[in-house]
Amino acid sequence: MATRLRKKQKDDFGSPYLGHEGQWSWIFHRITGVAVILFLFAHVVDTAVIGWGPEAYDRVTEAYKNPAVHVLELGLVLAVLFHSVNGMKITLIDFFPSLAGHIKVVGRTTALVFAVSAVAVTLIMGKQIIDLL
Amino acid sequence: MATTIERPPSPEGGAPQPPQRDYTRGRERPVGGFELWMWLFMRISGIMLLVLALGHTLIMHLPAGGVDRVDFGFVAARWGSPFWRTWDWMLLTLALIHGINGLRNITLDYVRKPGVRFAANMVFYVLGFTLFVLGSVIVVTFDPNEWGPVA
Repeated sequence: MATRLRKKQKDDFGSPYLGHEGQWSWIFHRITGVAVILFLFAHVVDTAVIGWGPEAYDRVTEAYKNPAVHVLELGLVLAVLFHSVNGMKITLIDFFPSLAGHIKVVGRTTALVFAVSAVAVTLIMGKQIIDLL
Repeated sequence: MATTIERPPSPEGGAPQPPQRDYTRGRERPVGGFELWMWLFMRISGIMLLVLALGHTLIMHLPAGGVDRVDFGFVAARWGSPFWRTWDWMLLTLALIHGINGLRNITLDYVRKPGVRFAANMVFYVLGFTLFVLGSVIVVTFDPNEWGPVA
């Protein structure tokens, strides 16, 4: 390569927010985003199996029907929920930059919206998992 | 990428330095071109996915029975409606582009070697395109009656 690469430095990794508001939501946005796209890769394939008929498809969906997978499923729903709520925060701030001046209020409101809906989802899905046991 | 984000040159004329951030005045944004279009796409598709993806997630996982309801008959009934086929195809398309571009952004941040970065991104593009074709063919052409009448 003709271009010489700058040596990696300690602060080249991790959040660019360096402890300011948004650092943790930035990290969780990445983690949940990667988790969801990895699941999507698998989910497109498992759904596509339906093109090979009922016997093949029902064998695939059977794999999702056990309590351990249901715990992972709860994690997936919470990941989608966090990525959605935090993504809306990002979009609002980017389209209305004056909101950045109120980042503490906006950030805490977002965290509250996520926390309340996460508790609700966990209670609903958690009860279903417990009922299966 | 240094070319897409405004960064002041360092006083010594070396590599551009990260700007002093003022966190109260908004966030960094690509200056123009492809990166600015993708920046816009992420936000517009994000708003659409708020309905498509979060809606799909809540509809499929929260009602009694959750995904335990899902089998061949369930999907056959659901895809009997053009509304759900359209919903699922839009979700497939937008989520794949949104997700693959997210992975590209992450490799731009963490993968320094140009060759490795290119290879990683090509894997994502090929995988994304393959899954798009596979998913699209299935969601458009699926016909439950191929396997006899559905109960």
